[in-house]
Amino acid sequence: MSAVSQDVATRNSIFTRAIIYVVLILFAIYYLLPLYVMVVNSLKPLDEIRQGNMLALPQQWTIAPWLSAWSTAQIGVQPVGLKPYFINSMMMVVPAVAISTMLGALNGYVLTKWRFKGDNIVFGLMLLACFIPFQIVLIPSARILGMTGLAGTITGLVLIHAIYGLGFTTLFFRNYYEAFPTELIRAAQIDGASFFQIFRRILLPSSGPIIVVTVIWQFTNIWNDFLFGSSFSGFNSIPLTVALNNLVNSSTGVKEYNVHFAGAILAALPTLIVYIVSGRYFVRGLMAGAVKG
Amino acid sequence: MADLTTTAPRAVTNPRATLQDLLPKLVLAPSFALILIFVYGFIIFTAFLSFSGSKLLPDFSTWVGFGNYVRLFNHPNWITALKNLAIFSVLYIVICSFIGLALAIFLDQKIRGEGVLRPIYLYPMALSFIVTGVAWKWFLDPGIGLEHVMQTWGWESFSFRWIKEGQMAIYTIVIAAVWQSSGFVMAMFLAGLRGVDNEIIKAAQIDGASTLTIYRRIIIPLMRPVFLSAFVVLAHLAIKSYDLVVAMTDGGPGTATWTPALFMQKFTFGRNEMGMGAASAIIMMMMIFTIIVPYLYSELGGKKK
Repeated sequence: MSAVSQDVATRNSIFTRAIIYVVLILFAIYYLLPLYVMVVNSLKPLDEIRQGNMLALPQQWTIAPWLSAWSTAQIGVQPVGLKPYFINSMMMVVPAVAISTMLGALNGYVLTKWRFKGDNIVFGLMLLACFIPFQIVLIPSARILGMTGLAGTITGLVLIHAIYGLGFTTLFFRNYYEAFPTELIRAAQIDGASFFQIFRRILLPSSGPIIVVTVIWQFTNIWNDFLFGSSFSGFNSIPLTVALNNLVNSSTGVKEYNVHFAGAILAALPTLIVYIVSGRYFVRGLMAGAVKG
Repeated sequence: MADLTTTAPRAVTNPRATLQDLLPKLVLAPSFALILIFVYGFIIFTAFLSFSGSKLLPDFSTWVGFGNYVRLFNHPNWITALKNLAIFSVLYIVICSFIGLALAIFLDQKIRGEGVLRPIYLYPMALSFIVTGVAWKWFLDPGIGLEHVMQTWGWESFSFRWIKEGQMAIYTIVIAAVWQSSGFVMAMFLAGLRGVDNEIIKAAQIDGASTLTIYRRIIIPLMRPVFLSAFVVLAHLAIKSYDLVVAMTDGGPGTATWTPALFMQKFTFGRNEMGMGAASAIIMMMMIFTIIVPYLYSELGGKKK
C-alpha cells in the first residue's frame, strides 16, 4: 500500500470510496439497462410484454421472435425477415471498408513521406470533409448515382460510403505514418527502392495496428449508417438499419415488440462483436477521430 | 520534412526519376479529386440549389435569390427545428461532459473492476442510433415501458409519457443520446486524466491540498483541451442528429421533435421543396463549420511548428 499512498486516489476515506463505487455501479446499470431490456423481451411471447413487466425475466422462454425477426417478419411489403437486409449490409460494408482503407493508407503515406508544396491544404480539405453534414451532399449524390445508373444499387452505396470515408481513413494513416522515421524511407530511396516498394516492404508491415483501427472505425460507421442507406437504397439494396427502422415503425398490424427487440440485437450484433473482440482498437479509433496528434 | 521536395529540379533530366516524382501525386490525385467533387463540388451545387426555385427536381431556370432562406426562417417547422437543436445540443453537451468527467474521475481512483466497468460505459458507442432508438422508444413507451413497469410494481400513479408529449418529447431524445455518447466522453477525459503529470499532484499534496482542491484547482483546469475536443465532437454530432430522432419519434408527436437534419430530409424528399431543403442544409453546414474550422485550424496550425 505504501507504494501508491502518494497518489490522490488512495487518500479518499472509505466512505468516499463507497459512494464512488455506488455511483459507478449505478451508471453501469444505466448503460446496461436498454441492452437487458432488449435481450429479455426478445425472448418473451408478446402477451408477456403487454401484460407483464418489461424488466422481468421471461416466464415462458421462446426463441420464436428471433426466428421471426430473422426470416419471416413483415418488412415493408415482404414477409422475409431481416436476413436479406443483413446480407445487403454485408455486401455493402466489406468492399466499402476495403476500398476506403486502402486508399487511406496510400494517402497517408504520400502526405507524410512524399510531402509536396500545398500538401497541408490537400490534407486540410480532406480532413474538413470528415465533418460536413451529409445533408449537404444528398441531392447532388442522388443525381450522380442516377446519372451513372447506380441509383438504388449496392455498388452505389459502396461508392458513396467509400468516398465519404476517405477523410477519416486518410487522417488515421497520416497521423500514424507521421511518427514513422522518415530516415528509413530516405535510406531505402537511396538504395533505389521505388515508391510502391517502400510502401509495401517498409510501411505496410508495421501498419497492423492502424489498419485494425481504421477497419473497425469504417466497419462500425458504415454498418450503422442510416442516412445514406435510407436515401440511396433501392428495393434490392436496403441495408439492415433501414430495414430495422421499417420493421419497428411500420404503422400497420400488431406491434410485435419482441420481434423488434430481436431485430435490433441482430442489427447490433456485428458491431458489438467487433467491439467485444477488439475494444481497445475501437476506442483508439474513436479517440483518433476526436483528439488528433 | 519539406526537403524531399528539393530533389525535384534534379530529377527533370531523368524520365524514370520524373515518374517517381510524379507517382506520389498520381496516387493521391484520385482520392483528392473525389473529395473535391463529392464534397466541395457538391456543396457548391447545393448552394446554387438553395438560390433556385427547385421543387421536385433540381431546376436552375428560376432564381429566387435569398427567397428560400427567407421562407425557411419564416417557417414554423424550421423554427421548431432550431429550438429543438438549441435545447438538444445544450443539454446533450452539458450532461455528456458532466457525466463523462465525473465517471472518468471516479474511475481514476484505482477502482477495482475498472476493466469491467469501462467497456460497459462505452459499448453504446458501437451501436447504431437506430438500435439505440428502438431500445429507448419502447422502454419509454407509456404502454409497455417504464410507466407500465412502475405501475405493475405497485406505484399506480406513476406517469412518464414524455415521448408522447409535444413539449417533452425532445428530452427523451436527449436521454437516449446521452446514453449513447457519455461513455465516449468518459474515455476522452480518462485519457486526459491519465496524461496528467504526477509530479504536479504530488507537489500539491505536499503543500497540503485536499483531493477536492487538487481536482478543482489543478486537474480539471488541465482538462481544458479535452473539454474543447468533447465540445467539438458533441456539437457536431448534435447538429447532425437525425437517425436517433427518426427511430424514436420520427419528428413527432406532430412536428415537436423535428431537427434541422430532419427538416432537410422531409422538405427535400417528402414535400418537394428542394430549394428550401438545400437552404436548410447550407445553414447546417455553416453551423458545423463555425465550430469545426477554428478547431481544425488551431490543431493543424499548432502542429506545423
